[in-house]
Amino acid sequence: MTTTSVEQWRGVAAETQDEVAASLSLLLRRRTRRLLADLLAPHKRAVWIYTVAIVVSVVASMAIPALVGIGIDRGIPAARRGDDVPLVVVAALIAGCAVLQAVLYRTFVLGTGRIGQRILLELRQRVFRHFQRLSLAFHERYTSGRMISRLTSDMDTISAMLDAGLDTLVTAVLSIVTVGTVLLVLDWPLGLVSLASFVPLLWLSRWYQRRSTAAYRRTREAIALVIVHFTESLRGIRAVQAFRREPRNNQIFGDLNEDYRRTTTTSFQLLTVYWPGIRFIGNLTTAAILLMGGLRVINGDMKVGVLASFVLYLRRFFEPIADVSQFYDSFQGAAAALEKLAGVLDEEPSVPMPPQTMDRLPDGGWPTDEWQGAVEFRGVTFGYRDAAPVLREFDLEVPAGQTVALLGKTGAGKSTIARLLARFYDPVSGEVLVDGVALRSLAEPELRRAVAMVTQESFLFTGSVAENIAFGRPEASRDEIEAAGRAVGLDAVVRRLPNGWDSAVGKNGAKLSAGQRQLIALARAVLADPAVLILDEASSSLDAPTERLVQRALRTVLAGRTALIIAHRLSTVGIADRVLVVDDGRIVEDGTPAQLLAADDGEYAALHRQWLESLA
Amino acid sequence: MPAGTVQTVIAAARGLGSRTLRRYRSLYGFRAYLRPFRWQMWVMFVAAFAMVAASTLVPLVIKAAVNGPIARGDRGAMVPVFLAALGLGIAECALIFVRRYIQSIAVLRVETNIRDDLYRHLQRLAVAFHDQWQTGQLLSRATTDLSSIRRFLGFGAIFLVVNGVQYVAVVVLLVATYPPLGLVVAAMTVPVIWLARRFGNEYSLLSRRMQDQQGDLATAAEEAASGIRVTKAFGRGALLHTQFVRQAEVVRGSALEMVALRGRFWALLELIPNVVMALVVLLGGLAVAHHAMSLGALVAFTTLLVLLQWPIIDIGWILSMAQEAATAADRIHEVFATVPAVADPPSPVPLVDPRGHLRFEHVSFAFPGADEPTLRDIDLDLAPGETLAIVGATGSGKTALTALPARLYDVTAGRITLDGVDIRDLALRDLRSRIATAFEDPVLFSMSVRENLVLGRPDATDAEIEAAIDLAQAGFVHRLPWGLDTRIGEQGLSLSGGQRQRLALARAVLARPSVLVLDDPLSALDVHTEAKVEAALARVLRDTTAILVVHRPSTVALADRVALLEDGRITAIGTHSELMQLPAYAEVLSVDALHSDPDDVAAGASR
Repeated sequence: MTTTSVEQWRGVAAETQDEVAASLSLLLRRRTRRLLADLLAPHKRAVWIYTVAIVVSVVASMAIPALVGIGIDRGIPAARRGDDVPLVVVAALIAGCAVLQAVLYRTFVLGTGRIGQRILLELRQRVFRHFQRLSLAFHERYTSGRMISRLTSDMDTISAMLDAGLDTLVTAVLSIVTVGTVLLVLDWPLGLVSLASFVPLLWLSRWYQRRSTAAYRRTREAIALVIVHFTESLRGIRAVQAFRREPRNNQIFGDLNEDYRRTTTTSFQLLTVYWPGIRFIGNLTTAAILLMGGLRVINGDMKVGVLASFVLYLRRFFEPIADVSQFYDSFQGAAAALEKLAGVLDEEPSVPMPPQTMDRLPDGGWPTDEWQGAVEFRGVTFGYRDAAPVLREFDLEVPAGQTVALLGKTGAGKSTIARLLARFYDPVSGEVLVDGVALRSLAEPELRRAVAMVTQESFLFTGSVAENIAFGRPEASRDEIEAAGRAVGLDAVVRRLPNGWDSAVGKNGAKLSAGQRQLIALARAVLADPAVLILDEASSSLDAPTERLVQRALRTVLAGRTALIIAHRLSTVGIADRVLVVDDGRIVEDGTPAQLLAADDGEYAALHRQWLESLA
Repeated sequence: MPAGTVQTVIAAARGLGSRTLRRYRSLYGFRAYLRPFRWQMWVMFVAAFAMVAASTLVPLVIKAAVNGPIARGDRGAMVPVFLAALGLGIAECALIFVRRYIQSIAVLRVETNIRDDLYRHLQRLAVAFHDQWQTGQLLSRATTDLSSIRRFLGFGAIFLVVNGVQYVAVVVLLVATYPPLGLVVAAMTVPVIWLARRFGNEYSLLSRRMQDQQGDLATAAEEAASGIRVTKAFGRGALLHTQFVRQAEVVRGSALEMVALRGRFWALLELIPNVVMALVVLLGGLAVAHHAMSLGALVAFTTLLVLLQWPIIDIGWILSMAQEAATAADRIHEVFATVPAVADPPSPVPLVDPRGHLRFEHVSFAFPGADEPTLRDIDLDLAPGETLAIVGATGSGKTALTALPARLYDVTAGRITLDGVDIRDLALRDLRSRIATAFEDPVLFSMSVRENLVLGRPDATDAEIEAAIDLAQAGFVHRLPWGLDTRIGEQGLSLSGGQRQRLALARAVLARPSVLVLDDPLSALDVHTEAKVEAALARVLRDTTAILVVHRPSTVALADRVALLEDGRITAIGTHSELMQLPAYAEVLSVDALHSDPDDVAAGASR
């Protein structure tokens, strides 16, 4: 495989793949292992300490049967002679071992539990932070349901592995090593035969590993699809019910759910073969040893007592191996989840923000609060994914403080211009600058002091009206929050709400109308107080008086601020200093509203006439 | 044992019984899902028992073979011994295989069926329910909680019984071997049950808290995912991250408490049988020394005692599993127990030959949990084919009013009738096929443009689809990469607000309903498109009853009459020109700033 094809699989490109080429599989595994090692690194010392604890604990519990034997062999004859001391001592030793074992076991459970939860928290943090860093282009492709699935279902799987009991693994490995040694010491030819069973065991494990990796990979994707559909249909429940979409939805969900069941069944059944398979190898070896050992005994090469203990030990050799296979199963499940998470973490933000602002202002100073807000598009070319470019060599200069209205048909490129200015995307070539500083060189806090945008959808988070406004500037005081609300006329709305500014907006703002939600979104922007404000269809759902109010407010808010306004309603244009009519990614008209009105054959003049008619 | 103690034990057992039953009631309620897999469950139980038996038998057979034929030097017996050992070994594997195989079929199907039913139920539950319940909480029930139940059904439930039987059998054998010592061992049951009960109580509270918190965390993830654009627009990723981590830390806190509780309980469960072993060696040894018991009996006794160790230790994880499953069942049951607030009537009135006569009679409406009604005493009478525009300020109740005819919410007082029948007496399917709504937030699903359009009428012909596209000026769909087959929505191509609105309009019109409810259907359209859509819409509205929520005079022109909604009441109703006399009406509708305030244009232009 060449480098480029591996490159292709970077990040989530491999998301939906379950059968993958060997070299890719290697890459994925290496990436997963790197993440795991990275997560474990800070806990290395603690892991060793708890391993020692559990080893001692296991040794203590293994000592108990031996002590019982000693008690019977030595303590009872002494007791018969009237000396109870050895028996009491042995019983006390057993009790002592029991307590030691229990205490250390508890230490281990607590300690590893703490480490596991640390790792889980760390992983949640990392993945969440990375999701926030990744650009909109990524999110539009990845879908919110998948992101939710990564942050919930995948984490559950990893948490299940952490709960699966690392002690089983440690206990098992310890038993295998000690019992294996004992077997070799007891009778080395038979011991070697027992150890030879590792050949088929490893072969079976390799088979299982390969198959279950693919199966679990499929499971992760299947549950993600279930979650995607689940969240999407609940979010759109009004439309679902109003258009009687339930039966079709049930059918789609049923299919996805069934698909998830099938993939889970596959991974289940792999273990259904693997686990008894391991036991079978063990039982076969036992039977063979019995046959060979029996013959050796009959031939006088071996004592019968040795064979008796050998076969009994053999059982304690194979049983832990079967336990390990169980643990391996939950590990494989978690590894598939970890692989998905590693894929997300590996995804590079296509709009990377430098941790610190790099560029100096033209006058040599650092950009601080003193943004003026002069906007420049310098030779910008941009297209979505593989589609034809929307903008070609686009140039635009907006002096600081100007309010610009952007008009044009759907698909003309208005929203693209807005999104590039908000740095949701980066131009393919060319540069977008504010006050002569390239947006690319700004760290996020700096960028958002310079530019903020009110999007078409006025998304509200669960919480109160005040909290939602505060999203624009979390450190704002209560007075500032209410002032921002009043500036857009939200006080009239809030007065009617049960708890005023502290009224809950409900899930996704369900308790409010679209107009009310837009007002909150606008108040957010007012509070954010950026040098450049972009309003993309930010007042479409407002009634006339409210819109008038908002526009009056905007006139105050936009004073001394650069603004880019996209609106279909020409009423909004009333507050603009300059109108740009965009068509097919080009500016076709540019001037003050009055100038453009004067040009009778212009697009703007035509729109205006039409609009006046619509008011009649 | 003194009488008092006996009574305490009985009382404790009874308390344990009723409380345990209460705690597991929801889980028990799901037994109906097991019914189709009755015989599979039986086979699983039998296989589990047989496997335990086979596993116990193998060492015995080996011992017998070694001490018998091999010790005797019987060469001829070697092959049968080998075959017997092999046969038992194969039987053991086969039993595991059968149990696991059936489990993979039956238990996973149970899980899948419950999830299917949960989803169906959620689809039926009224919008008011969904306004209240966070999607993340519902999602965690459908995923995390259901896997807890699956794990319990697959392993916990079976080994609870198997281990219980094994425990009782071994204890009975021990008592039979040497009653005084056997009773000592049997007495260990008391602390074990007492511990299990305390653990169960504490774990129950913790796991409920934990699972609720996990639901909250899922909600936080869901909101962060849905609100990614706003977060980006204001650069508030760090804020959300802080909030998310705070919640994740809360979950971690609960998880640690659970770990601590488990650690304590499990360690005690490990301790008890070992301490009993120490006692047995001491007391048994003394008994043997004083010839009250034979040495062979003591050896047998200690060997059997080892068999008790695992059933006791296993109680730890089985109980945790059972408790988590019980909590999960409670959480899922809460959803199932919610009766859809808006449902079909017991005997629906058939809707024959609908004409679209829609009446609101003294309708009042309050959102669930709200003190103040949103709509009060609304009286409206829409003759078939009539178009009524609703005009009102932001927050006056327009959107609530549009949700009532399709019964997304039910009125709290008064009634709405369609062709003289109370809409609550109609089958929901009939009602909603007669009333089509275009919401102010146009919702498109992740499917093809075509499927999105024909939502309301799956049998629409291509020509009809084309006509609806034309009407809504949604011709852009033909320029999408795969035309009408292009997948849109979240998992597909993203469209602009105006494009989505036009598709929602086309969808509503295509449904060819008797009553069309359009909530501000043209808000995101540019003037040019709006004029064209209005012209086309006028034709459709000529013979369809319609309620239009409008903000602009141009759209009002589509209506025969206009109702002015102020603060939840209809304060005026009449034609546009009649109502223009009312200052309140003129204020709400007039007349955008540019028009009413020409000075502003000049001011803006000259700045």
